[in-house]
Amino acid sequence: MMRLPPFRYFAPKTAREAAKMLADHAADEAMAVAGGTDLYPNMKRRQFTPKVLIGLHRLEESRGIEEDDDGVTIRGMTTLTQVENDEILQAHYPAIAKAARLVSAPILRNMGTIGGNLCIDTRCNYYNQNYEWRKSINFCMKKDGEICWVAPSSPRCWAVSSSDTAPVLMVLDAECTLVGPRRVRRVPVKSLYHLDGIDFLKKERDEILTEIHVPKSNGMRATYLKLRRRDSIDFPILGVAAAIETAKDGTVEKARIVLTAVESAPVQAEKAEALLVGKKLTEEWIDEAAAVAYRPAKPLDNTDLTHAYRKKMARVFVARALRELSRG
Amino acid sequence: MPPTKTDVAPEQSSPAQEAEPLSIIGKPLMKVDAMAKVAGETLFADDLAFPRMVFCKMKRSPHPHARILNVDTSKAEVLPGVLAVLVGSELPIPFGILPVSQDEHALCLDKVRFVGDPVAAVAAVDEETAEAALEHIDVEYKVLPSIMSIEEALADTDEPIHASERIDGNVHKAVTLQFGDVEEGFAEADVVREESFFFEGNTHLPMEQHAAIAVYGADGKMTVWSSTQTPHYVHRAMAKVLEMPPSRVRIIACPNGGGFGGKSDPFNHEMVVAKLSMKTRRPVKITLTREEVFYCHRGRHPVKMWVKTGIKKDGSITAMHFRSFLDGGAYGSYGVASLYYTGALQTVTYKIPRYKFEGLRVFTNKPPCGPKRGHGTVQPRFAIECHLDKLAEEIQKSPLDIRLEKVVEPFSTTANQLKIRTVGLKECLERVAERSDFRKKHRNLPRGRGIAITASSYLTGAGLPIYWNKLPHSGVQLQLDRGGGVTAFCGSTDIGQGSDSVLAYIVAEELGVEVEDVHVVTADTSLTPVDLGSYSSRVTLMTGNAAIQAARRLKPLLLDPAAEKLQVPVERLAMAHGKIFDRQYPEVSMDFAEAVVLAEAKHGTLGSTGSYTPPRSRGRYKGAGVGPSATYSYSACVLELEVDEDTGWVKIEHIWIAHDVGKPINPLLAIGQIEGSVYMGLGEALMEEQVFRKGVHKIPSMLDYKSPTFVDMPPVTSILIETLDPQGPYGAKECGQGPLLPVIPAVPIAIYDAVGVRIDETPVSPDKILKALEGRLAKPTVPEYDFPPPAEVPPMREDS
Amino acid sequence: MKHLLNLSVNGEPVEVAVPLHHTLLEVLREDLRLTGTKHGCELGECGTCTVLVDGEPVLSCLALPIELEGTEITTVEGLTKDGRAHPLQIAFAETGAAQCGYCTPGILLAAKALLGRNPRPTRLEIQEALAGNLCRCTGYIQILQAVERAAAADPADYTKPISV
Repeated sequence: MMRLPPFRYFAPKTAREAAKMLADHAADEAMAVAGGTDLYPNMKRRQFTPKVLIGLHRLEESRGIEEDDDGVTIRGMTTLTQVENDEILQAHYPAIAKAARLVSAPILRNMGTIGGNLCIDTRCNYYNQNYEWRKSINFCMKKDGEICWVAPSSPRCWAVSSSDTAPVLMVLDAECTLVGPRRVRRVPVKSLYHLDGIDFLKKERDEILTEIHVPKSNGMRATYLKLRRRDSIDFPILGVAAAIETAKDGTVEKARIVLTAVESAPVQAEKAEALLVGKKLTEEWIDEAAAVAYRPAKPLDNTDLTHAYRKKMARVFVARALRELSRG
Repeated sequence: MPPTKTDVAPEQSSPAQEAEPLSIIGKPLMKVDAMAKVAGETLFADDLAFPRMVFCKMKRSPHPHARILNVDTSKAEVLPGVLAVLVGSELPIPFGILPVSQDEHALCLDKVRFVGDPVAAVAAVDEETAEAALEHIDVEYKVLPSIMSIEEALADTDEPIHASERIDGNVHKAVTLQFGDVEEGFAEADVVREESFFFEGNTHLPMEQHAAIAVYGADGKMTVWSSTQTPHYVHRAMAKVLEMPPSRVRIIACPNGGGFGGKSDPFNHEMVVAKLSMKTRRPVKITLTREEVFYCHRGRHPVKMWVKTGIKKDGSITAMHFRSFLDGGAYGSYGVASLYYTGALQTVTYKIPRYKFEGLRVFTNKPPCGPKRGHGTVQPRFAIECHLDKLAEEIQKSPLDIRLEKVVEPFSTTANQLKIRTVGLKECLERVAERSDFRKKHRNLPRGRGIAITASSYLTGAGLPIYWNKLPHSGVQLQLDRGGGVTAFCGSTDIGQGSDSVLAYIVAEELGVEVEDVHVVTADTSLTPVDLGSYSSRVTLMTGNAAIQAARRLKPLLLDPAAEKLQVPVERLAMAHGKIFDRQYPEVSMDFAEAVVLAEAKHGTLGSTGSYTPPRSRGRYKGAGVGPSATYSYSACVLELEVDEDTGWVKIEHIWIAHDVGKPINPLLAIGQIEGSVYMGLGEALMEEQVFRKGVHKIPSMLDYKSPTFVDMPPVTSILIETLDPQGPYGAKECGQGPLLPVIPAVPIAIYDAVGVRIDETPVSPDKILKALEGRLAKPTVPEYDFPPPAEVPPMREDS
Repeated sequence: MKHLLNLSVNGEPVEVAVPLHHTLLEVLREDLRLTGTKHGCELGECGTCTVLVDGEPVLSCLALPIELEGTEITTVEGLTKDGRAHPLQIAFAETGAAQCGYCTPGILLAAKALLGRNPRPTRLEIQEALAGNLCRCTGYIQILQAVERAAAADPADYTKPISV
């Protein structure tokens, strides 16, 4: 039986209190847990052995989805099942509901939260292994070791950003609220990430992600396509989120394309976005944009299927996502 | 998704059948353990607990290949909560499933041979303490170069994985068998084709992780409960390793939470908990983690294959030459048998008048391979069906006709001296072709959509036991209680396939009682007569025949006093529905229970035994022990799929599968076995692979080892074909393994029909398909190797 | 260090002293001896350990009991009501849906939750609801048939004694 390492457990009532508890401990000593579906497996494999666990499940007003004048607010502890089934999201932001539905499997989504999904640890099949296994390859730089096995000459870790919801929230220009021990700040979801497999979140370690704010859709249409071997359970080995806002005549006024699971952070395909503005989503422009958009994808051999294949699929999936949006 | 249809061929009349219609056999009854399983009452090995029980964890090697210089357990021994620490020198006797491969130790003595090979074990008050104690065992290793492929194994080395006089470098076994002059056959052929294939290794992944509990009693007796498919073989190995008389060792196989061949070997962890129970004088339990189950393995060998076949324009085969190269992993396991199986059943499906087989198994620094569903025959069946599809195309013949025309003749003998009995393959082929509209669809579907037809055969039980003996392969003992209950004792092990139910159905049928009045006591080496185990699809036929014999020996004891009491001639009495009655005047009857009382009064305590030994095989050459079976099952499959040419993604649209089951003892369970086989075959064809990187298992988890989910399973139409085999109980043959075989090659063959590219290896993953579409997929190759000269083939024995 | 927890399992209040880092799976099997709940990976990857918390399926290998005080936990042992089997249990037994039976408890509970919110699911809906529960024996088809069969039965139909 895989078991958790021992820890002390606290369940604060407010995010501020939780943040203070985190601040009171050294890094690695205390960690916050939302649904536990990402952290507990990692703890069982001894990627993390926090002495103190701060459970967020008793935080007041931490769940639910609400519509207001500016758009919609999704509270951090809302489960992925709730996100998937929420009527507001299904009506106005179906891509968010779809991305949530594509996370893992239904039972896990009953436990996993949207806040947790945004902060999900980066993944790598040299890293997501038991302690003994990792010891047998002399560990990797993300935990207990020196080297990045998938890119041995690299100074940084190449573990893969694996959130399905982050790319969709990014193309919708969503922001999130981070509650720290002393301050509360609101940052765009896209600036939450850092291109480093270890230090992948720009969020401070004592900040709690309490809310996600998605601006009014204003005719912005979005979608999310996910590549994985099985139609359930699996993490993305490529994800493409795209959003388009068009004028009445179909001319693109705003375009957003974000790739996930092909780098240590979600990657915004800015050149392709710029290329699309002022164009119509014809087959030619879709192909052109896809040819530009897939370039920043840097998949490596540390997840399922070959990296060359995943890179190629990035182009195919961008084109498919844009084609879907072109159909309105 | 359309509903899955099941249809059963109309029952054929058989002169052998008795006058009474069968009241239980052939009916879709509930399994005898079904309600316990749905209630969560079934106790699997890890569910057992005993007073004072302690827990074991094993310290495993982090190196694929290393010499053990020193194991220091002193720090672990003094930890609070630790009761005992065990090292290899305390159990120095080697073991292994085959008498020729006694190459495993409970804990490694001098060397470790793969990452996960155990070197020490701890018993402690709880699992967490045991696990923590492992960190305090210091093992000093001298790391050796690791050998991770067949090619590396064939290279010269100063440090072979097993140093033994009987082993040449890392070549575990090399064999050559020749039956007839294949060169002459190739000369006669109109078309000769040769090519190579590769079948990737994969594993069983039973949902239940292996567990074992040992209780060494104050009476000096050892009892071990284990999730094993072969309690009898564990019994022998355990007594040997513990150096105890087998008479004082008892092995009880718990219901297995899935086996598929993965729980067929005696395992080191079983020996370890037994010894720890002797050391601590307390019950000791071990439950493996999922990762450790990947290290137990014994799964499908990765096999490189080369095949050369000559055919005439009419499609008949003139000769076949087949070579296989097996990557065996670190130990022998069933490997010698696996090796022979890669060459044994080629001749059992299609007529092959001249046949040559060369096979090689090497040791590598990976978990040992062994028997997985379809043992050793799955890889060559993949190669041959793909090969035959290309040959059919070359001579412009329909892949259906080329198969139909060369199906082996019933009651014939193959080139390699295997005795064929009933053959339902033509009907299987015709039925799947008809149901799927194969003739119309083949080569006529729109681009991107494809269809394939494939065929196969499999054993109904290995003709010979694992170790040489002349004893029965299965025994059943019956006991009656005065209330009319019947208890059937048998060594057979229920791994989910329903062997306990089959035993109960047959006893109930024969004695005319309700299934609910039969109690089964199985898989306990002290309580039950030997059955060799749940492997090689042997149980229904062998246990079934033994049960029939036991029941038919008991019948006269019951009928005789009943006839006296009812004053009816004994020949006129029948037994059914819990009654003994006069066939002419059914109202003249008595309850079964009353007959039991009368019989016990007349004869004393009642009981009977029955046993079964398969017919003697005909071959007398070295290697002839692998392949013979009482009878063979046959399967045919049509698979339709769609390929996305932009992504290489495959969607299986539908599978039609027909299986010659002889006679289904219970059609519901037979269909379940077929659907499960289709599932496992699809997993192997599309995504499952046991692969290594940097000397370690690349993906030892349920997440990364890809087992298809509910949403990945296509609709299946299963068709049962009845041939009423004279060897099988009521005509039954196996159905648990054979239906897996034709599914795997059907995937690449249908892909070819869809998009015109050939994938000659497994798994047929989207990246490979895309590469093939781009013309960049490399063809599989086989290594160079000088095989030994063919063994002499003496004339066959007469039919027994 | 152990903590005293008050849980409600299968309608019965239970008081159990356990270390806080022990998951619900461990507490159910090892402390409460409710061994009907099985385990296949303990990492949330196979669905075998599924139980219901307030009627919704959760993975007991990733659930902390301390977070479940005040909830109602249902295991396979709690499916049987007053000694009578749940229609799903009967359908699974009659349809051959339990081969080795090891994944069965988790799937039964996931299916019960599905039928609770969607009494007449389509085959695709059943497949999707159970898509996190792996089974290696059946190929899933007889399980799908069993859920359909149970859905067709009277939902409140505890008709059959557990011992048939």
